[in-house]
Parts: sequence; C-alpha cells; structure tokens
Amino acid sequence: MDQDPKLRILHALESQDTTVTFDDPLENEMILNMGPQHPATHGVLRLLIRLDGETIVSLVPDLGYLHRGYEKLAENMTFHEFIPHTDRLDYLSPLANNVAYVLAVEKLAGIEAPPRAQYIRVICCELARLTSHLVWLGTMAMDVGAVTVLLWGFREREKIQDIWDVLTGVRFTTSYTRIGGLAQDITPEAITALNDFLDRFPASLDECEKVLNKNRIFIDRCEGVGFLSKEDTINFGITGPILRAAGVDHDLRRDAPYLVYDKLEFNVPVYYDCDTLARFYVRMAEMRESVSILRQALQKLPSGPTNAANPKRVLPQKEKVYGKMEELIHDFMLVNFGINPPIGEVYHAIEASKGELGFYIVSHGEGYPWRLKIRSPSFSNLQALPAMLKGRMISDVVAVIGGLDPVMGEADK
Amino acid sequence: MELERTNDSFLTTQLDQIIGWARKNSLWPMPMGISCCAIEMMAFAGPRFDVARFGSEAFRFSPRQSDLMIVAGTVTYKMSHVVRKIYDQMPDPKWVIAMGACTSSGGMYRSYSVVQGIDLFLPVDVYVSGCPPRPDNLLKALMEIQKKIARGEKPGQSDKVYIEESAEHA
Amino acid sequence: MKDLLLQKLREQFPSAVEVVSEFRDELTLIIRKADILPVCSFLQSNSDLSFDSIRDLCGADYHRPDDRFEVIYNIYSLKNNFRLRLKVRIDEKDLHVASVSGIWQGANWLERESYDMYGILFDGHPDLRRIYLPEEFEYYPLRKDFPLMGIPGSLPLPRK
Repeated sequence: MDQDPKLRILHALESQDTTVTFDDPLENEMILNMGPQHPATHGVLRLLIRLDGETIVSLVPDLGYLHRGYEKLAENMTFHEFIPHTDRLDYLSPLANNVAYVLAVEKLAGIEAPPRAQYIRVICCELARLTSHLVWLGTMAMDVGAVTVLLWGFREREKIQDIWDVLTGVRFTTSYTRIGGLAQDITPEAITALNDFLDRFPASLDECEKVLNKNRIFIDRCEGVGFLSKEDTINFGITGPILRAAGVDHDLRRDAPYLVYDKLEFNVPVYYDCDTLARFYVRMAEMRESVSILRQALQKLPSGPTNAANPKRVLPQKEKVYGKMEELIHDFMLVNFGINPPIGEVYHAIEASKGELGFYIVSHGEGYPWRLKIRSPSFSNLQALPAMLKGRMISDVVAVIGGLDPVMGEADK
Repeated sequence: MELERTNDSFLTTQLDQIIGWARKNSLWPMPMGISCCAIEMMAFAGPRFDVARFGSEAFRFSPRQSDLMIVAGTVTYKMSHVVRKIYDQMPDPKWVIAMGACTSSGGMYRSYSVVQGIDLFLPVDVYVSGCPPRPDNLLKALMEIQKKIARGEKPGQSDKVYIEESAEHA
Repeated sequence: MKDLLLQKLREQFPSAVEVVSEFRDELTLIIRKADILPVCSFLQSNSDLSFDSIRDLCGADYHRPDDRFEVIYNIYSLKNNFRLRLKVRIDEKDLHVASVSGIWQGANWLERESYDMYGILFDGHPDLRRIYLPEEFEYYPLRKDFPLMGIPGSLPLPRK
C-alpha cells in the first residue's frame, strides 16, 4: 500500500481492522484511541489522539455514541410530553433543563407563571447548579488524583437529592415543572430541609477547598493547562464558567434576566487566566453564590398560586380532573391535542451549569412543535478541545476534560 | 418419582458451594456507564448506598478484571458494538445486569438510533426497571445475582429476573 | 440597536435582506442565500455591531414545494448584549450554502450536525462529515419523510 502510514492507521482504527501491519513500527507516531468506555471521559466521548511520544500532535473527538434522536422525538409528541425528555439532557442538573424548556414554551404561547412559581423555579435552578458542580468537583478531583473529594461530593449530593425527593417526589429525574407553573407546590417540610442543608453546606465546601486549593499537586496539574485565549473562547461560541474564566463578564442571569433574577442580588465570578485552574475557581465561587441566591429566594418567597390561570393552556390539578366537568374536558383536550400556541418561532436560553442552554421552537399552530432545536452548551464547549490540547501531554487530556465538564447526554442529544 | 443421579460426589458439590460463595461475595462490577443511570450507579457506589459492603469494592473499568457488567444508560446502535466488544473481553463466568428502562427495552426512546433492549445482542440475567432505578433496586438486583450464583446457575441461560420499582426504600 | 443594525445592513447590502420580522421581542432577518457570507462577515467585523459569537446554527425542513429547507443562524453580540436570528432559505434542488466556519470557529461542528441531520452541504467547510451517526448511514434523519423508528437494517447491530 502506498498510502501514508499515518492515514492507514487512522483508517484501520476507524474501520476496526486488526490485520493491518507496518514495516517500521518505530517510525510512526502513535494514534491512541481513548475510547467511548473510559473511566475519565465523563460519559461516552471518544477521542482519537495522535501522539509523538507523550506529546499530543492532534486530537479528534468522535461524538454520537449517545445520540438518541431528541429533536425527531420532539416533532412527534406534544409540548407536555416532552418535559420528561428534557430531564435526560444534562442529566446532572435535571431541574434546570425542565425550567429552560418550559420557559421557552411559555414565551412562545404567551403565558406567564405566577410569582410563587417563579421563585420556586429559581430555587430549582440553583439546586440543579449545585448538584452539577458537585459531580464536576468530585470527578475532576478524582481524575487528577484526589479520590476523597468524589465521596464528599456525592455525600452532599445525596442531601440535595433528599430535598428533591420531598419537593418533587423523585430522587433524580424530576420533570417537576409544567407549562404555566409547577407540578405541585413546595411544602413546609421541603423548606425546612432546604434551610438545614444551606446551613451546613458551606462548611463542606470549605472542607473540599482545604484539600484542593493550596495543594501543590493539584495546582501543578491544572495551572496553565488547557489554555484558550479570550478571543478564541468568544469565537468558538463557548459559554458558561469557561467564558467567565477567560475574563469575559457575561452571565445570562444578569444580562438577559429570566424568572426573578433581576430581583435577587448576586455576584458573577470572573477570573482572567483562561486555564483549568481558573475554571476550577470560577465554579467553586459559583457554588457559594448559589447558596446566597437560594437563601434570598427562600426569604422572598411570596404566597399565592403555583399555576397560571389559563385553563386552555395549563394542565389542571388531578383532584379537580376527577371531580369537575370543565377540568376534565380541559385535561382531555390538552393531553390529546396539546396547547396549540400561535404560529411563530422563539428562542429562549438560561444560564445552566455548563453554559447557555437554549431551546429554539418553531410552531405551526398545532399541539406538536414543528421544529425543536436544543442549543446544548457541552456541544459547543467540546469543539474547543483540540485547540486547548495542541502540544500538551497525554496526561493533560483528563485534566482539561475535567475543566470543560462536558455531559454527553447534552452534547449528543 | 425418580431421583436423578448426577456424577457429582460429596466433595465436588461442597467445592462448588465454596466456589459459589467466594464468587458471589466478591462480584467485581464493570460499570458500563453510558448516561443518566451511570450517575445513579455512582451513587450506588457512593457513601450512602455503599456497594462495597456487598463485596463489590473494586469498580474495575477494565473488562479483563471483572465478572459482572452493569449496563447503565441508553445503548444506541453506534455504542452497541462497543458494549458487545467489552462483553466479549470479559473472562467467564460473567453476568449482566440491564439497569434501567433504556437497556431493558429501549425506554422512552422509540427512535431510529436507540436499540430497543440490550437483550437483542447480549444475554442478560437481571433486568432492573426504573428511569433511573433507585440505587436500592440496583442493590436488590445485585443480591438476585448473588442468589443465582449460590444456586449454581450458569450465567445467561437461567431464568431472567425482573426487579420492579417499589415504594419500599432503605 | 435594532435601528442601527438595519440601517447599516441596508447601506452595505441594499438587496440582501428579504424579510424583517419580530415576534416576542426577537428580531429575525431572512437573508438571500448568495449574500449570507458577506453579511455575516460584515456583522462580525464591524466594530459597532460586533457580533462576535455564534450561539446556534440549525437546519429546518418546512416540507414545502419550493425552498424546502432553511438554515437558521443565532448570533450574539457581547458588546451590545443583542441577539439576532438570520435565516436562509434553501431549495431542495440546490442544497448548497456558504459555510461561516471561517468567520466563527464555533460554526464548524454545528454545520456538521446540520449536514448529518438534513444533508445540507456547506461550501468551504474544512471537514464536512457526519458527526452523530456512523459514516455508513445513508439517510438524513431529521427530514420529514424519514420515519421516527428508522429504517430497519440501516444501522447494524452486533450478533448475539
């Protein structure tokens, strides 16, 4: 074969051919397949890395191992039926995805949820951010070497999952929000549990920081690794903590406020180093800000209904459906035929824990969306992986992926 | 009534029992964590629903060193080849737990790229339902596999066990 | 910002903007297909407008007899905190559109995804191949004539 041997290796790996041979094995650069099944790739991400010894010459990510066909599924079900599917997008923070989708549909249909529901949705979003960052902290520290932090992170996460159990009925994939409001109201039990958790959580964060912040090994593994300049970060369309670690002061909660974030006070942490260590500091600071936002939201929680008063669009409560005539008819029509929003298209994004999570919905006036596109932050963030790792060593791959924090459920849709 | 006479003597049945006891109390899982169920599997290995007390201390991500594969997450057609390859690399005897609705039957994804159940290409021993199943149910699945090993059943060919979602939790 | 944007676009490209529409406070411009590359280049490089990041790029299948497909660009200006949606209509017989991955690097994978799902070809893209589905897959799943359950036998499964 007259082909360039490197291309031959690449074709052989991609076509799973194990019979190819080479004349001079030491002359070739190695192509390493960091396969979809790997303890440190945060899900099913496949990386094809061309190595010269231990230095990375180039890197090609291969996605699609979790492509479940969300956008095609969305075209075949009503807006309400798609809510459980949104849970499984960024499966580390399911409540935030629910809120993002429902906000987009409400914008399209012109419904506004009552203030109590909006405050509870803010609580849900911030709790989701906390769980996502706790798993990030655990897995990134474990990948770099500090295995203890994984167990501490999961211990805290279990406490938040207990709160979700009381609030929504489910430990994990909640499907809590509904178009026009929420599935059920927050109970005093949940508020007490949340207050208890908020009192104890900062101490656990301090514990984790004590292990990692001044740790020589952690800093050496993360400082300067995964550098991507500010202009490149903006050009790639990267959002979220990575953008804030590159010195850009941009946060959708403050710049394009949704829900009641304009009534709450919070800081946006910005660091200027553009490397993995800066991303670590940004996320730790974000967790502390989330605690303060949660406290404010709990203090300001108003009383009132949790669902908008729009019977043609909002699903009625189950007890009334079994007892009263109008609610029964409305429930039947909404479940079978959908909410029928006006013809048009809308895009709404929230600041999820990974970046800007947006839904672009085109409606032709029927109960099903005509087109639903999910703007997933992990997909856009992963694009920058080859640029971040050019010329680095193979062991930096794990640290950089940890700093990027991709979730394949979102990136592969 | 006829009693079947097997060729097993007293010593070999005792040996089988001892080997079965040793195997079932040290099942090392190979977590094939693909999507959301993987997070519940991490919680199942975490400090609260500790699986190390059942002997599964080492979550080896290498198939050559494990004997139980927990497939956790939606398996797409593209990923199915990878799962099968890893299953083939595990040494015998090996057991498979299909965790969650997606692996049991395709779950809520009836679409063009999701395999409607991993038993289309893998022999499964225990199915756990739930989306995702609570870690308690996964522990029950592990205990069912332990019971199967204690009974001396061969993997992949014995009766399938289905763990339903129930309201009792630890 | 909206008026400034429309005025500058009309000065530079008098015939490129076909339709201007606004729904729920979001501005959408339908651009003529041949002009999309100069328009995007102008929007990114102009220092007053400075649309420096592309947030989303997707295709859509409207299943109409002419101009069946559309490509939708969602761009954002950090300096002005302004979001803009550009649309380009594509006919089925001529499924080509200029690639903007030279202007915004973030459009690279997004265009690959649109190609994978719809079969829209982006001229000038450095590496146009499928991203989600295996290379051998012959169909384009998000088109309206592809069934939800897929075509049996189109994706291979390992033997038991």
